Amino acid sequence: MTKTRSLRWSLPTLLLAATVNATDMPLNMTRGVTEISQQVYDLHMTIFWICCVIGAVVFGIMFWSIVRHRKARGVQPAQFHESTKVEILWTAIPVVILIVMAIPATKTLIAMEDTTEADVTVLITGSQWKWHYKYLENDVEFYSLLATPKEQITNRFAKGENYLLEVDRPLVIPTGKKVRFLMTSDDVIHSWWVPAFAVKKDANPGFINEAWTRVDEPGIYRGQCAELCGKDHGFMPVVVIAKSPADYEQWVNGEAERIAKAKAEEQELLAMNMSMEELMSVGARTYTAYCAACHQPNGEGLPGIFPALKGSAMALNDKPGHINVVLNGKAGTAMQAYARQLSLKEIAAVITYERNAWGNNTGELVQAADVHAVMQGKGE
Amino acid sequence: MSAVVTDHEHEHHDHKPSGIKRWLYTTNHKDIGTMYLVFALIMFFIGGAMAMVIRAELFQPGMQFVEPNFFNQMTTVHGLIMVFGAVMPAFTGLANWMIPMMIGAPDMALPRMNNWSFWILPFAFLILLMSLFMPGGGPNFGWTFYAPLSTTYSGDSTALFVFSVHIMGISSIMGAINVIVTIFNLRAPGMTWMKMPLFVWTWLITAFLLIMVMPVLAGVVTMVLTDKYFGTSFFDAAGGGDPVLFQHIFWFFGHPEVYIMILPAFGIVSSIVPTFARKPLFGYASMVYATSSIALLSFLVWAHHMFTTGMPVAGALFFMYCTMLIAVPTGVKVFNWVATMWRGAMTFEVPMMFALAFIVLFTIGGFSGLMLAITPADFQYHDTYFVVAHFHYVLVTGAVFSIIAAAYYWLPKWTGHMYDEKLGQWHFWCSLISVNMLFFPMHFVGLAGMPRRIPDYALQFADFNAFISIGGFLFGASQLIFVAVLVKCARGGEKATAQVWEGAEGLEWEVPSPAPYHTFETPPVIK
Repeated sequence: MTKTRSLRWSLPTLLLAATVNATDMPLNMTRGVTEISQQVYDLHMTIFWICCVIGAVVFGIMFWSIVRHRKARGVQPAQFHESTKVEILWTAIPVVILIVMAIPATKTLIAMEDTTEADVTVLITGSQWKWHYKYLENDVEFYSLLATPKEQITNRFAKGENYLLEVDRPLVIPTGKKVRFLMTSDDVIHSWWVPAFAVKKDANPGFINEAWTRVDEPGIYRGQCAELCGKDHGFMPVVVIAKSPADYEQWVNGEAERIAKAKAEEQELLAMNMSMEELMSVGARTYTAYCAACHQPNGEGLPGIFPALKGSAMALNDKPGHINVVLNGKAGTAMQAYARQLSLKEIAAVITYERNAWGNNTGELVQAADVHAVMQGKGE
Repeated sequence: MSAVVTDHEHEHHDHKPSGIKRWLYTTNHKDIGTMYLVFALIMFFIGGAMAMVIRAELFQPGMQFVEPNFFNQMTTVHGLIMVFGAVMPAFTGLANWMIPMMIGAPDMALPRMNNWSFWILPFAFLILLMSLFMPGGGPNFGWTFYAPLSTTYSGDSTALFVFSVHIMGISSIMGAINVIVTIFNLRAPGMTWMKMPLFVWTWLITAFLLIMVMPVLAGVVTMVLTDKYFGTSFFDAAGGGDPVLFQHIFWFFGHPEVYIMILPAFGIVSSIVPTFARKPLFGYASMVYATSSIALLSFLVWAHHMFTTGMPVAGALFFMYCTMLIAVPTGVKVFNWVATMWRGAMTFEVPMMFALAFIVLFTIGGFSGLMLAITPADFQYHDTYFVVAHFHYVLVTGAVFSIIAAAYYWLPKWTGHMYDEKLGQWHFWCSLISVNMLFFPMHFVGLAGMPRRIPDYALQFADFNAFISIGGFLFGASQLIFVAVLVKCARGGEKATAQVWEGAEGLEWEVPSPAPYHTFETPPVIK
């Protein structure tokens, strides 16, 4: 697909393509699927048409003047200027138009900001570069990461239909219910945006913002982070699935069960030892998903921003320090705390991987129990 | 007062050193104006080259040419260079050249400070550009450098960024002080406030905006510096600060800054339109009042950049109403220009063409600005390409077009030669078509949901982005024609008369072309 695309881009075909494929991309703001989003769309169209009418009148007069009042036609310039009456008139008319416009805008805004009496509340936490969703009424929480493979981004594989707008675990919400979103961030400012709901709210670190929606149509709705949040700002999409209340109940119970089961497995794991091969393969997978964005696939980091792991003193010598920094992050830097994000097994595996990949041949194995020990404050 | 100054300095000034020393030591407003303008043009091309990198990467979906981190550096430094390196110095250059000649003054009031305020500028940008070559690269947090992305999470080059912004700010403040002192003290006898050309009026108001908000910018970059390196927590919630506080301070500077970049443009267009319509400006007094109202309102609207940060409803409503109100004085300006053209006898030389394009395209930028003011709709527009389209319409087809119009308008006065009209028309039409190919489709891309500042995008946006990139490359190439016109005009051409344009009025058209090194050593008499 990439190949054929690049072939298509000669200028004449491009001009054609832009019109032929226009249906690919909507040319206007979405009407969305909520009452609020339709109101927003109506406001957008009203102000748009007001601008068009004013534009047509002003530019009409101007172009009439350009055509008629040109020296080439032999006209003599008039010398009139200054008229308080006219000045007052063209100050007053816009004021009236603006007041008419401000009334519906105020009503919609007040409705948008009313987050009371919600049926479901989801805490949304942004971090570089993923979203975390926590259902406050249930024991359900998970991270939602970009699902588009790196190979599509680097043009080695053909791009899929939902390129850059797909995640591993979407947010699921019930239809017909008022869902309240609480937004915050673990690091920089992010902004959670789903156009179909007309919800865009910044996730500020250390503060909580509120927004809400009530979706009537079941479906999959896609959005993106809207506030520049660093290197991979373009790669943290939002996907929301709206399900009927019954399906939602089923899903949320299933998730709670899955999470409880995973926790039980963690406990069993503490008594087990994994082999080097297993640790390295799980570690490589985890590293690619969670670490490579900053520390790079080759472990060399980006000088001046993200430190190298290859040949680093910590990865070669300081095992407890290494485990500690992965678990708890490093304050004042972009290094996140992974204790909450990854399982013990994954953490053990990724640390083993970092200590044995790219020529860091320490030969050391890190087991889930080692990680658990540091977690409990009983490091070696 | 002006008479005393000229008598005293007359003899020293006429023999200027030759070669590089002339430019290093000069205190002559015309030399300094020329340096500002040439510097702005160079920066316009450097910033433009970065825009070409951005458009090349966005030509197709997928990552092709640059890494996301470098892409972010390009958007950041492109913005900083265009705002602080191209548009603002260009206006200061025009002010240096034209304000003394328009008010009948022999020079700027503080000539040595004038030299200093120009010469620190190249160093500011040298520092900024050099930071791109540091390990980890230059600033990558957007020209708005929101904390904590620019503090805790920024690279090592942040200190250089802060230092360079400080120098730019000092330069702007000194330039603004010079403009204010000159206009207050050096007007020729009889040049009363309400006789001043509108370019002088708009620049006077701009200068006041500058000295009010540049210290705020200096404050906010210093807070970023101490948060990052000295352990303060102005913008860090963990230490009792607030990241949104950064945005309040930044936009308290940033919104008046937007008007700093457009008010002088209003002055330029208000000079050009009457000249080529051969008819006086329709409402001189109302133009002065409208400009002043815009300047005052500009201090009351900053949080319209921040509707999604989560502010109380009352706050959002206040900022929405104030922002909508700005449309009124802006409308008054546009209506006045159209009324000036009405029943005039127009000709369409290049300065007039750019001024007409300015009126139409700036108004389109104003319309999208009005749409952005509607808070509920802003939730959908905010941080999308709709915003990118909006501010490029007001800054490129607004500010930059007005600067180009001014250059064509006053070139014969500066060089003594007429520019090549045919080449200039080519420049105009190529620019007009390509700039609209570049920025108009961005409205649609934004409405369809493409966020700004992303190096890669979903497939639905592919066709439009390819088209936009082609517009971008053509617009970049069109500016080479402008350089050709400038070089050709500096080297020679048809001799220009003192008045240059048939309908031109004002003191600058009473001195010969090219304007002598010293003008109005004895103050002119204003009727």
